[in-house]
Amino acid sequence: MRITQGAFSFLPELTDAEIRAQIEYALGEGWAIGVEYTDDPHPRNYLWEMWGNPMFDLRDAAGVMAEVIACRRAHPRIYIRVNAFDSTRGFETTRLSFIVNRPADEPGFLLKRHEVGGRQIQYTIESYATKVPEGRRYE
Amino acid sequence: MASQAERYKSGVMPYAQMGYWDAHYTPKDTDVIAVFRISPQDGVDPIEAAAAVAGESSTATWTVVWTDRLTACENYRAKAYRVDPVPGAPGQYFSYIAYDLDLFEEGSIANLTASIIGNVFGFKPLKALRLEDMRIPVAYLKTFQGPATGIVVERERLDKFGRPLLGATTKPKLGLSSKNYGRVVYEALKGGLDFVKDDENINSQPFMHWRDRFLYCMEAVNKAAAATGEVKGHYLNVTAATMEDMYERADFAKQLGSCVVMIDLVIGYTAIQSMAKWARRNDMILHLHRAGHGTYTRQKTHGISFRVIAKWMRMAGVDHIHAGTIVGKLEGDPNIIKGIYSICRDSFTKQNFEQGVFFDQDWAGLRKLLPVASGGIHAGQMHQLITYLGEDVVLQFGGGTIGHPHGIQAGATANRVALEVMIKARNEGRDIWNEGPQILAEAARWCTPLRAALDTWKDVTFNYQSTDTSDFVSTPTAA
Repeated sequence: MRITQGAFSFLPELTDAEIRAQIEYALGEGWAIGVEYTDDPHPRNYLWEMWGNPMFDLRDAAGVMAEVIACRRAHPRIYIRVNAFDSTRGFETTRLSFIVNRPADEPGFLLKRHEVGGRQIQYTIESYATKVPEGRRYE
Repeated sequence: MASQAERYKSGVMPYAQMGYWDAHYTPKDTDVIAVFRISPQDGVDPIEAAAAVAGESSTATWTVVWTDRLTACENYRAKAYRVDPVPGAPGQYFSYIAYDLDLFEEGSIANLTASIIGNVFGFKPLKALRLEDMRIPVAYLKTFQGPATGIVVERERLDKFGRPLLGATTKPKLGLSSKNYGRVVYEALKGGLDFVKDDENINSQPFMHWRDRFLYCMEAVNKAAAATGEVKGHYLNVTAATMEDMYERADFAKQLGSCVVMIDLVIGYTAIQSMAKWARRNDMILHLHRAGHGTYTRQKTHGISFRVIAKWMRMAGVDHIHAGTIVGKLEGDPNIIKGIYSICRDSFTKQNFEQGVFFDQDWAGLRKLLPVASGGIHAGQMHQLITYLGEDVVLQFGGGTIGHPHGIQAGATANRVALEVMIKARNEGRDIWNEGPQILAEAARWCTPLRAALDTWKDVTFNYQSTDTSDFVSTPTAA
């Protein structure tokens, strides 16, 4: 399967030039870029690990790109995303988020059904990858 | 003005003389202001007509009553203070009326509207009357909850940023069994949509009762989430005959783990506010389908402009509102729709006569309402939709998903690919308005579903003249 979180997961993997173009757009909007990585891609895991703080003072796309590449070198086999944060009043949230690295093989999720009364089912989504401890997944 | 004794002599007196017209009045920051389009009967003076509207929407009755003198009646009289002829429309006037804050109960759309659109709309001396816009003072806005979730929190809950959300309404709207219905929901979500939607008239009919629908839909939502790793949702329509029924359905949706429920505008303002409070208490996104609005928003001379309904709904506290597509099958002049979108999404909406926005409106921190574009739109229009509507919007392709020649999943994928490729191109600085068709054609080379969608719907447009158009531009804008 292919996890389709992020703004561009239905497109072919972005090249470095394409990633850089998106970073330039986000910097042009005045947003701060943060790079995050995880080996737990559950749809409700919003706390990916931070590759450092959002780079509020780095306004140069080449510099941000160097961080993306460094993160990818350190975590070549897991998920990495680029986030852009907007501090404008009324937003104060992420404005763009897209995946820039993913495992070669994505085993996906098990849908667990817990049958309770009245035909109701309580659903749990469990990543096959997280059956092994953090740091040893996707190896 | 004559002496108080003269003023309160029994009998009939022009409204303007009763104190409902004051050309020198400067509205207070705390006043509610309404601008009406009035079409007086032949021979009725526009200023007297405006004063009559002010009177009939506040304290007046048709004749003088001495009991006014027991009150601080000056304070409670609405004051018409400005009357302008409507450009290019003889016999029509924009009349501005100010209402003191004390005329309204805090946090109540029902109370506000009982005055502003109450008896006055049947008043005989007017041929027609339309509420065009309102300025709601910050003092009054702060008494309303506002959207239960709001755009920012909705996106954070869904973990989806930087692109419009994608949806579709299940079709056919009526007749599917729950199991078949759930199939449509699953295929569309798995194919790439974020949301699927019950239609406005899907409640609990003989072919599909509500509990059954909710159960099958939640299976579809969860299965699609597991298949894609994304948060997915289905707007479960909880519209029903009574509040008790609606609460029962909404509670069941919550028990099943739905992230969103839906109501129709026809349930009424009070029921909408009740559901908005329920949604805030229960961490639920509240989708509003605007069923019924076309009966009173579409014609320019009589009724209520949809921009006013959008304002009231942002105050009432819904999270999604159908607000027009510009390019689709339903009414929508580009200028007017842009004005409505501003009202939904701005922190501060600026006066813009071209877009039908008569007043600056400070939203006082009220959360933002996510507009939904739905009705006769397809992947081939993606560049136009994004240019007109921006990215804080739900684009709903019902027929454009389910009618795809290769099936529902393919239809959803075509829409998602078209969306992502267009956002990517826009961010790269490409001129998507002009290059849009080429950008789509490039993606269709590697995406077969998109190619099939473009081939199927390439010539579909709905180029009809809009009826609700701007009064302040000389040539109507074409879609």
